[in-house]
Amino acid sequence: MFTNAGTSSFTQFLSQAAPELLPGRRPLPPGMAAGVAPHATTIVAIATTEGVVMAGDRRATMGNLIASRDIEKVHPADAYSLIGIAGTAGIGIELMRLFQVELEHYEKIEGAMLSLDGKANRLAAMVRGNLGAALQGLAVVPLFAGYDLAPADPARAGRIFSFDVAGGLYEETGFDAIGSGSVFAKSALKKRYRAGVSTQDAIRLGVEALYDAADDDTATGGPDLTRKIYPVVMTATAEGTHRLTETEITAIAEQVVAGRMENPGG
Amino acid sequence: MAMQFYASPEQVQRDRSEYARKGIARGRSAVVLTYSGGILLVAENPTSLRKISELYDRIAFAAVGRYNEFESLRRAGVRMADLNGLAYDRRDVTGRALANAYTQTLGAIFSETQKPYEVEICVAEVGASPEADELYRVTYDGSVMDEPGFMAMGGQAEAIAGVLRDRHDEGSDATAALRLAVEALGSVGGENGARRQLEAKQLEVAVLDRTRRGRAFRRITGAALTTLLAGGEDVPEKQPGDTGDAMPPGPAAEKPTVSAAPVDAEGLRGAGGGGAESASGAGAEGVSNAGDKTGDEVNGDGS
Repeated sequence: MFTNAGTSSFTQFLSQAAPELLPGRRPLPPGMAAGVAPHATTIVAIATTEGVVMAGDRRATMGNLIASRDIEKVHPADAYSLIGIAGTAGIGIELMRLFQVELEHYEKIEGAMLSLDGKANRLAAMVRGNLGAALQGLAVVPLFAGYDLAPADPARAGRIFSFDVAGGLYEETGFDAIGSGSVFAKSALKKRYRAGVSTQDAIRLGVEALYDAADDDTATGGPDLTRKIYPVVMTATAEGTHRLTETEITAIAEQVVAGRMENPGG
Repeated sequence: MAMQFYASPEQVQRDRSEYARKGIARGRSAVVLTYSGGILLVAENPTSLRKISELYDRIAFAAVGRYNEFESLRRAGVRMADLNGLAYDRRDVTGRALANAYTQTLGAIFSETQKPYEVEICVAEVGASPEADELYRVTYDGSVMDEPGFMAMGGQAEAIAGVLRDRHDEGSDATAALRLAVEALGSVGGENGARRQLEAKQLEVAVLDRTRRGRAFRRITGAALTTLLAGGEDVPEKQPGDTGDAMPPGPAAEKPTVSAAPVDAEGLRGAGGGGAESASGAGAEGVSNAGDKTGDEVNGDGS
């Protein structure tokens, strides 16, 4: 089985070797299962002149309870792309891990990276595989963004892709947000985002947008100054992916909060 | 019906061994050796088909012999490593486990099938220091050996290993290690026993970088390899893919992301102009090679 010729896709290999490791292949008992597992909430992504910025709040909820204050929902997918997850946290994390291995696996087998569109299409196929569970309330929707090493238009090397539960794939222009607080985050970004924003400014915009989401959505967590829990912010540029260090994000989050002390609306 | 003659198991084994050994000896050689900064893997290979590759974070694979056979073993190794790394944890993928899997596979193939694999492979795992490095040699019959810091495979491996044995120093730097590897590979195969001078384009070179976090494997190609061969320093590229080897396919022609049709069928003006938003069919007259299909009801604008 391991030596079979053919596929360069890890998920396709798993479907033969270990189908139980694929989230969509597990039989679910009938009935709605929403509310049995924690939910991950808001993620924003912003395209910049150098690439993309993705930021996610740290809260996971179960109904009216906070399931986790410090969950991490934004991760590197590979050296040049990022994935954020919203929806059922357990399945989302599994999907994210599987996607990371999928990209690395292809790179090792073929000796070359997938194109950014190729990566997005693979992720769409994986989301589609989870449709059955999604219809029973265990939906998960990722946000994918990356630096395109071979873009059609060099001025738009940072690209953002969104998905729906049925595996629909849509390329977004400028910015996008997913999760329960996405409505508020997107409204904030709509007013503040300008094409050609720098990475540094986009990081600030992202944290501001998450603050606005947390302001109006109970399932989204704002900067937690008492516990020192701040959003996870990652960038993907020509230099690869980078996660803002504790010091960097603390400084930005404190600036944002200080700004809101004077003007709560931002 | 043809008469089946009796052949003793010893005879069968001997014949298979001889067959495999001959096949392996026909090919070019590869060497693997430890140095202060990691493990250096060098193969004499003027083609773009790889003999050396990455298996996992700190584990690399090198092989000589028949390409189709070691390629299927390489894929199997990547699959097993990725499966175990996902199901357990990245730290739980070890060179020894992979070497064990290879001995099982090659041993079974040798004793159960008509034709043994004509391959010899090396599974190398880089450790925190040269003493902690592991080099496993797995041969066509499934035997496995733990090698002491250096090994040569394929072609006239004995003569090459002789050079390495005399001069290998695990404290040397990348430049010295590569010089030794290239001299060892060039010590055989020349006319009348003369040395050969191997050039950058005849070599496939990679290292498992001891100092690198995460994926330690990186290829040394192009200008970096020429510099290193000429005695320069080994300067790692900033990110995987910078050597150009792991780059994704070339620039995409602009077309809607959701469409799977080729760009000429989308009816957009040439790449860079228009964009996904322009109506399909609008640019029919601007596309010369689109044939008679352009401009009809092909509408990829799904978003």
